[in-house]
Amino acid sequence: MGKRNNLRTPVSQRPHVVPKPTDTSYIGGMVSVQINEKKVSVPLGTTILEACKENQIHIPTLCNHDDLCVAGVCRICVVEVEGMRTLQTACTFPITAPIKIHTSTPMVRKARRHIVDLLLSEHYGECYSCFRNENCELQTLAKEYGVDEYTFGHINSPRHEIDNSSTSVIRDMNKCVLCKRCVRTCIDLQEVGVLEALNRGHDTKVGTFLDKPLADVICIYCGQCINRCPTGALRANDPSDDIWDAIDDPTKHVVIQTAPSPRAAIGEEFGIEPGKSFTGELNTALKRIGFDKVFDTNFTADLTIIEEGTELLNRLKKALVDKDESVKLPQFTSCSPGWIKFIEHFYPEYLDYLSTAKSPQQMFGAITKTFYAQQAGIDSVNIVTVALMPCSAKKFECNRPEMNASGYKDVDYGLTTREMAKMIKEAGIYLPEMPKSHFDDPFGEASGAGLIFGATGGVMEAALRTVYELVTGRVVPFDNLRIEPCRGFEGVKQASVKLERCVEKYNFLEGVELKFIVAHGTANAKIVMEMLKRGELSDVHFVEIMACPGGCLGGGGQPIPTSEEIRKKRAQAIYEEEESLPIRKSHENPHIKYIYENFLTEGPCGELSHKLLHTHYTKRGKYIS
Amino acid sequence: MELVIEEKIKRTGPVIFSEYQAGEGIRKALSINRQDVLFELKASGLKGRGGAGFPTATKWMLSAAAVADKKFIVCNADEGEPGTFKDRVLLLEYPKLIFDGMVVGGYTIGAKTGIVYLRGEYEFMLEHLESCLEKMRNENLLGKNILGKEGFDFDIKIRFGSGAYVCGEETALIESLEGHRGEPRNRPPYPVNTGYLGYPTVVNNVETLAAIPHIITKGGEWFKQHGTDKSTGSKLFSVSGDCEKPGVYELPWGTKISELLELVGAANTKAVQVGGASGICLPQSQFDRVLAYEDAATGGSIMIFNEKRSMLKVLKNFMEFFVEESCGQCTPCRVGNIKLLEGVERIEKGNYTFAYINTLKELGKTMQVASKCGLGQSSPNSFISILENFKEEIFHTNGNGGYDGKAK
Repeated sequence: MGKRNNLRTPVSQRPHVVPKPTDTSYIGGMVSVQINEKKVSVPLGTTILEACKENQIHIPTLCNHDDLCVAGVCRICVVEVEGMRTLQTACTFPITAPIKIHTSTPMVRKARRHIVDLLLSEHYGECYSCFRNENCELQTLAKEYGVDEYTFGHINSPRHEIDNSSTSVIRDMNKCVLCKRCVRTCIDLQEVGVLEALNRGHDTKVGTFLDKPLADVICIYCGQCINRCPTGALRANDPSDDIWDAIDDPTKHVVIQTAPSPRAAIGEEFGIEPGKSFTGELNTALKRIGFDKVFDTNFTADLTIIEEGTELLNRLKKALVDKDESVKLPQFTSCSPGWIKFIEHFYPEYLDYLSTAKSPQQMFGAITKTFYAQQAGIDSVNIVTVALMPCSAKKFECNRPEMNASGYKDVDYGLTTREMAKMIKEAGIYLPEMPKSHFDDPFGEASGAGLIFGATGGVMEAALRTVYELVTGRVVPFDNLRIEPCRGFEGVKQASVKLERCVEKYNFLEGVELKFIVAHGTANAKIVMEMLKRGELSDVHFVEIMACPGGCLGGGGQPIPTSEEIRKKRAQAIYEEEESLPIRKSHENPHIKYIYENFLTEGPCGELSHKLLHTHYTKRGKYIS
Repeated sequence: MELVIEEKIKRTGPVIFSEYQAGEGIRKALSINRQDVLFELKASGLKGRGGAGFPTATKWMLSAAAVADKKFIVCNADEGEPGTFKDRVLLLEYPKLIFDGMVVGGYTIGAKTGIVYLRGEYEFMLEHLESCLEKMRNENLLGKNILGKEGFDFDIKIRFGSGAYVCGEETALIESLEGHRGEPRNRPPYPVNTGYLGYPTVVNNVETLAAIPHIITKGGEWFKQHGTDKSTGSKLFSVSGDCEKPGVYELPWGTKISELLELVGAANTKAVQVGGASGICLPQSQFDRVLAYEDAATGGSIMIFNEKRSMLKVLKNFMEFFVEESCGQCTPCRVGNIKLLEGVERIEKGNYTFAYINTLKELGKTMQVASKCGLGQSSPNSFISILENFKEEIFHTNGNGGYDGKAK
């Protein structure tokens, strides 16, 4: 199931990357070029930018992003190619002939400086009042090109109203440099298509359908555009002031749950190389900030597995034993709020395929304000629940009107990794130097199965570990519990496990080839949904979908920048942490056993579970009023 | 409609307006092989008449050599350069030339479909053009196995632009044809390899295509007799402004500007804008320059300004045009043009320094080399040439000699 030919992207704007020929002596495979004084040989079709990168020659870029198709619009990467009348953009120019390239001539330097000056003249706002201060590509360019004055003036009043209509993504087009990375993210990477350039000439701006506020269009709040914006034009809706207020209010009992993906990435906000988890350090830091309890979202991830796994087995039983034709299979996962909003808008007729299980974040909120409140003897009205998530859509999710099963708003605030790091810094704490500490009881440490939820395929892997064992009584037949077919960053993964020698309760599954699909990024979700539409998934049982490329670790609330390399390192950090945990299967988590024995006594998918841990969805469609 | 225009000026000319029988070019082309058509075209030295002046034979050869399931030939009839109206005359009075040229092109490069990208404002021509196409279909000059040539199928359809100037740029035109926002593409790859829907596509100006049937029937050598060494053949000029006889003229390349001024009855001429808003503005002292690719190049627009005109106002008008018509995609063009316009406004108010004007000229030079397409690359031309050629008038006669009205 390879990458689909993306029809939206103009052919000429797709990257011209030709895979490196394995046999470099292959005639025509390599081209000799001269970059400045250096003679190098590159594979045919390599862009000038790539050729320079490989040869340690720095070319500034702005509109270019490794996750996206080329645009060639900011023009900052211009270089001189001998024999060509005009300067050429390094990011778009494929090397197909033995050309001579100059990357630092007076003309090139002047052009780049002019371009930076022009961008700055239109870029409203001051660096020190911007959340991207010191992490802004425009700022970096200004420094790189020695901007010490505004050559062409500086805009002194805003031209656009800030769109803060949505719970998740705020758009401040006054800071936009029209690199259109967000447009390409939205249209080409995620295939949602909410953002596009409007108007022409100097009036050009990035906007939505009829320029409506984001809350009124079909934005799924995945926040991928935020992660790829080079400036502060896009940001998440930051609730940290309210959280500080709650922390400072002595009558409030403020509880935070932390998801695995932020823990694997928050170090990046403190200048640490990607690929290291700071779970224990974060626990200490959060306590020092003033959170009363720090819990592990993985606990409810384990709970999700039990509920969702049971739901799957129930569906299978209904379909196979009761021959109930109204049962919808495959069952789709429901823990990614971006994916939920996506299916509600784009495939509203398929909502019955979704598992009704809430996401771990929402389960945690409901459990905290019921079970925990009871156990701790605190009035739920005084509990404030905060969720540290890698996600901007989680902010929308916790504000969905139906998410109040506990009688209160289950989760009060969704906080992104970036906002958390900011709060930690505000408290004067340098996270990497914190001593490690444990999560608070009564939920304590969770299983590794919950931890790997952060990576694409993680939910599937965790579910398989439990479902397989429940059904057969044996451990999944994979070395060290590593279910490799679930791992890796391929867009759509498909595999199966054969269920044999089942325990008595599940002998209706004897010999069944349990087929599953894992997809990440809504563009890939679309591929799967189209397969479902065409009836090609009739033999598939379970589908995991995450709205963001790479899964939660690539979420819209994660540290900026992002790239496939960074996402791979975060995944590696998660998998490494997982293997160090003593318990790696959800159903073996003692706290899970405890809660089913003492609170959810009717067992998984029982009545109380249904009330607290399951939800329903809204047919939204694509019509905009 | 035809009469009105014909009354204005009697069309005569050595090449485009010379004798031609409908279908003649197609008959001749089909009687020889593709290489010979290309050979004739190469011999003629024909260059693109839209303004860029790319050798047409090269364009055709490249796309003829491209291997693909489908190929397209597109007629760029999005005549949008300010002061240009010669394609309008060709489309109204000589559609046979254009369509025959497209059929010859289809035969030569191996395209089965021709598309006329017609300027939105020319919608009134649709019926007329469709009837011409229908007539050609009836005569088997279009359709299957044209004129009995086994396997040569070709037809032409007409599509409308929506009024964006930038869609006259060939890659923006293709984007527009594909239903996208009209924004120029990155080049390379060029349309001859990766054009409409990703297939090899030749985009030719109306006038270029109209010259082709003549070249095929009368020969490249005949064509070459007209014009100069580097600019062969003749050119249609759209003459407007302060003169007695504005209109469309066919003149050989190499005609002096002064000769043209005399022909159209221009008196007391102060400046001639050659090549429309994106062209250059020449003062009296340069009226002995010749109209040719190698000297004063133009896609056909000639605007004449007499001594009553304010050159600063002329310039402001052009800059306002570019600010509005930039597609807004690339930085130098989107922001650069507004800076140049602001510069003009500052001169108007006398609120400027020469240092800043020079900085803007430098910016103009950056725009010429760093913009993504021809629009941004040529938009500073008038800024640079008018401020240079008419500096006496702009900076001194107006009394705005510098910052706060004081020269610095």
